[in-house]
Amino acid sequence: MYDVAVIGAGVVGSLTARALTRYQLSVAVLERAEDVAMGTSKANSAIVHAGFDAPEGSNKALFNVRGNAMMEETAHELGVPFQRNGSMVLAFGPEDEEKIQELYERGQKNGVPGLCILTGDQARETEPALSPDVTAALLAPTGGIVCPYELTIAACGNAMDNGAALLTGFEVTGAERTAEGWRLSARDGRTLDARFVVNAAGLYADQVAALMGDESLHIHPRRGEYLLLDRKEGRTVSHTLFQTPSVMGKGVLVTPTVDGNLLLGPTSVDLADKEDLSSTAEGLAQVAKLASRSVPSVALRSVITSFAGLRACEDGHDFVLRAENHALHLAGIESPGLSAAPALAEEAVRLLGEMGCPLTPNPDFQPVRPHSPVFRRMDNAARAALIQQDPRYGRVVCRCETVTEGEIVAAIHQNPPARDVDGIKRRTRSGMGRCQGGFCGPQVVEILARELGIPMEQVTKMGGGSRMLAGPLGETEEEKA
Amino acid sequence: MKELDLVIIGGGPAGLAAAVSAYDAGVRSLLILDREQQAGGILEQCIHNGFGLHRFGEELTGPEYAARYIDEVKKREIPVQLETMVLDLQPLPDGSKLVTAVSSGGMLELKAKAVILAMGCRERSRGALNIPGTRPAGIYTAGAAQKFVNIKGYLPGRRVVILGSGDIGLIMARRMTLEGAKVEAVCELMPYSGGLNRNIVQCLEDFGIPLLLSHTIVEIHGKERVTGVTIAQVDENRRPIPETRQEIPCDTVLLSCGLIPENELTTAAGIPLDPVTSGAVVDQYRQTGCPGVFACGNVLHVHDLVDYVSEEAALAGESAAAWLRGESLSGESVSLIPKDGVRYLVPQQLRLPLKDDLRLYFRVGAIYDKATVEVRCGEKLIFSRKRPRLVPGEMESLVLKKSLLEGLDGPLTVGLSLEGESK
Repeated sequence: MYDVAVIGAGVVGSLTARALTRYQLSVAVLERAEDVAMGTSKANSAIVHAGFDAPEGSNKALFNVRGNAMMEETAHELGVPFQRNGSMVLAFGPEDEEKIQELYERGQKNGVPGLCILTGDQARETEPALSPDVTAALLAPTGGIVCPYELTIAACGNAMDNGAALLTGFEVTGAERTAEGWRLSARDGRTLDARFVVNAAGLYADQVAALMGDESLHIHPRRGEYLLLDRKEGRTVSHTLFQTPSVMGKGVLVTPTVDGNLLLGPTSVDLADKEDLSSTAEGLAQVAKLASRSVPSVALRSVITSFAGLRACEDGHDFVLRAENHALHLAGIESPGLSAAPALAEEAVRLLGEMGCPLTPNPDFQPVRPHSPVFRRMDNAARAALIQQDPRYGRVVCRCETVTEGEIVAAIHQNPPARDVDGIKRRTRSGMGRCQGGFCGPQVVEILARELGIPMEQVTKMGGGSRMLAGPLGETEEEKA
Repeated sequence: MKELDLVIIGGGPAGLAAAVSAYDAGVRSLLILDREQQAGGILEQCIHNGFGLHRFGEELTGPEYAARYIDEVKKREIPVQLETMVLDLQPLPDGSKLVTAVSSGGMLELKAKAVILAMGCRERSRGALNIPGTRPAGIYTAGAAQKFVNIKGYLPGRRVVILGSGDIGLIMARRMTLEGAKVEAVCELMPYSGGLNRNIVQCLEDFGIPLLLSHTIVEIHGKERVTGVTIAQVDENRRPIPETRQEIPCDTVLLSCGLIPENELTTAAGIPLDPVTSGAVVDQYRQTGCPGVFACGNVLHVHDLVDYVSEEAALAGESAAAWLRGESLSGESVSLIPKDGVRYLVPQQLRLPLKDDLRLYFRVGAIYDKATVEVRCGEKLIFSRKRPRLVPGEMESLVLKKSLLEGLDGPLTVGLSLEGESK
């Protein structure tokens, strides 16, 4: 019997689990995928919004502004890069200018610090690559960037280091109210008892809520497609550049990432399938076209990859925080969910407390996640010292992102452990660079097989049936069967 | 910090040949750095034959070809430091170069008078090609698949569609077939193949594998592992024609869509690149914009045949030796400019006066039958040569006698004059 079961190891579930380990509680995180950050937290704009978008008084506005203020300390404790690079909303003419004035006023009401409106020339002075067609810009100095899966991995890892259990492949398909709380059952037959349940199931939060008797939520996926550019283009702009939302659509952003790439996107298309992460030729072309509107010189030739992510949109288009019957539903956490996540986690703890979950501080809680070495971020003296301790940090596996064998091995053995090629990629950036795993791929498969003690052909890209290889040479399909 | 006359970055065919010729021209303080466990570069995984016809007059496999040069390096006792990755290259104020590298032995800082860049190239990835669809397991560059099969001993998949008809893709079509996989098709976006004709015959036609010219993959399917691709024919502007879409079930997609020279170190050192070759701008000595830094092989421009890599590397090695002896490799600079069907030229610059005859390498941008290659200085025709057929997949070269180039008074242009129709 756990005190709290958190369903969903996305950024909200993971930060909530971490916040709960600050108290003397036994916490289990249940994740349907075989790794954390596999849903909406895997692929999004990686933006910490300032908080001027959402209407005053909404949960989005409240938790965005609060989460933004908490992000610096959270990221610092977890050893996750976070930059307050500031954001701009660009206006291309009088209609847009009216709209950014509205955003400015809304931001003031929401309590966003430091907002100001720049003329086109002032904006181009700080961002020389901006289009000459930009006539004004809303500047939000508190806007920032963070890597969503890195934050999620670190939060879940820190929760685990503080005693939380992570159960992967645990897709909740049943929930039964017991005398003390809930009995959750998984598709594979496992069951788990918990006094309180936090539903942070992202795209599936409505289905999980329904299993627990609340059928009032409805979540649909909205896809966004992105283009990621080579690191050599990362300095094209320094701020996150939004376009003014209009009847023509929300526009796309152009932003540097904390890893030094340039990110363009997203599109916005409502879907029916909660698993449809495919990108489309039309979507990617639209991203390219719209991004060029903000920054005409954007080097589309330097695209190293494209991807699609899903937003979990609830019909009411606000975050739903509903505490009832020993369950807390955190649903509809679409944008600005990443920005709000630290504040949502804090609020989740408070709401659980109100429902009777005892909150006795845990004196052993360690907020700081032990920092495993990141070779590319170290100076040469520190690198030399590290290699002397462990020669595996002297063997570069991923040449594009300069990732060493030591880092890959560490990712397999620290919380939450990497079990597949994509897991290694998200934790170390091996395969994330300009050759996209062309060189390091075979070596990463070999290291995974060795460290996990499994044959090469059992290594997967992302769990399940995503095997990297058909089998050893000389083995026919029949023999394999 | 260790000081050396010459550091060669990369121990593939270019680096090995450059080292041998630099040694033979008198350089004794030199070192080859390579990131792999053995020298030989990508040749070590190219176990098919066809290497060395020009250089040795016989057909060798990749490892055999590499072994000839490794033997020469050993004979001369030229040191090779393996499993060492160069992280940075910086010119120093005194004219020497600082090479920073890492290995399991620790960090390594070398001060070199001269450097030869021989880092090779990488393959264009799915992301760079922007193929829409899902992102399942089973999508590999042809070279990664080749490494799995030939080095690791594993078959990446059993039912394969190959995008791009570059040489590695063609070679892998045959290799996968021989290992029991079914290669459904090779799709090529262009109306012609980027690979060598002999590979199309020996690797596709001999095995009944269809080569679909003017076709591309428009979507990849599958959530966990690839389950199929949708392909389509493309129009003359390379846009897919919707009515021609067809789905091919497969579990593997191999990409062979071009190679990109790996010039991150070159860029870090501030050395100018040619936007067409993606390699450094060099003169006839293969000297880059940074005095004492030379480049050769696929890091300079992508070659089809290793024989020419060796030839170019030998030139770079000799030049580095001459530079170290204090011979002047400078002089008045004249540009070489590609035009009329010629995509690029190597070298891009000449230093006058010429010491030797000049061998020019170039590629064309389309297929040309019965074309005449013309070298001009201004309006003046200096040299011309008829060619029955020029194709983008095969690098061309021509030799200009030193005497022809005496008294040049402006940039040289190299272009095609057409008698027949271009296709």
